[in-house]
Amino acid sequence: MSTSACIDPMDRALVLATQAGLPLVPRPYDAIGEALGISGEEVRSRLAAMLAQGAIRRIGAVPNHYRLGYRANGMTVWDVDDAEVDRLGALVGSQAFVTHCYRRPRRLPHWPYNLFAMVHGKSRAEVEQKVRTLAELIGSACRDSDVLYSKRILKKTGVRLAARPNIESDRPCSE
Amino acid sequence: MDEVDRAIVNALQGGFPLTERPFTAAGAALGLSEAALIERIRAMLANGTLTRFGPLFQIERLGGCFVLAAMAVPASELERVAAIVNGRREVAHNYEREHRFNLWFVIAAEDAAAVQATSDEIERASGYPVLSFPKEREYFVEMVLAA
Repeated sequence: MSTSACIDPMDRALVLATQAGLPLVPRPYDAIGEALGISGEEVRSRLAAMLAQGAIRRIGAVPNHYRLGYRANGMTVWDVDDAEVDRLGALVGSQAFVTHCYRRPRRLPHWPYNLFAMVHGKSRAEVEQKVRTLAELIGSACRDSDVLYSKRILKKTGVRLAARPNIESDRPCSE
Repeated sequence: MDEVDRAIVNALQGGFPLTERPFTAAGAALGLSEAALIERIRAMLANGTLTRFGPLFQIERLGGCFVLAAMAVPASELERVAAIVNGRREVAHNYEREHRFNLWFVIAAEDAAAVQATSDEIERASGYPVLSFPKEREYFVEMVLAA
């Protein structure tokens, strides 16, 4: 995890201008540029650079997956042998039905799981089938596991940076 | 959601063009005019089929910080605590899940200190502890689903 706060000021302004969505007008990048005092071309080249460096994962439609019929959403969690977790995490993450897969710290005694994999399906039975597939892949390296089904989306706005940077993030980029 | 909406969602979960008139280019591939595509997207945002249309940022690559957090909250307190959590701008999304740890949310801020401050404030305001699960390693992320 990065702890530095080095965002190019114009990139930061672009994040702020687009994090709630692109303007739905024929020339959206020109409209953003106009608001920021730069050309539409610069907006496009900066967004392209952020895409290339991975600061933007993708540009497009972000659907509400409940509305697409993906009502069963299981966060599967596994207590996997530390010596095996990276190999198995990569394997679990490569399954087509896994949308996110991370290694995270255990929080003992409350939480013994160190591998998290999100599985989406149109029904709970479909998710259960996929969880069985994952259990077979992980095999005996797994000591315990659980599936946390979602009941409700309480909030889904995506990332929102503050409109005004705090003092620390105004620090010059020297780290 | 009709076949046209479905085609838009399937085609445009990524790869929206970085061209001067991107809706023209994206619409052409779908057999839609620029105006028709804009109108369809506007309608899907208004009816909740889409939560957003635009760039999906990976804030950590910009020097920011994302942390998954969880709370175990009694059912009788859930609405009150969820309102406290949701009220924080730093909370990008929040799900109720079937587990003793029943609130799972993501705190996204510009640095680790800001994430910690948000977590501390949620604990203070709610009276319940927040467990944090920063990612140690990412194996895969690609949230693209067929409509």
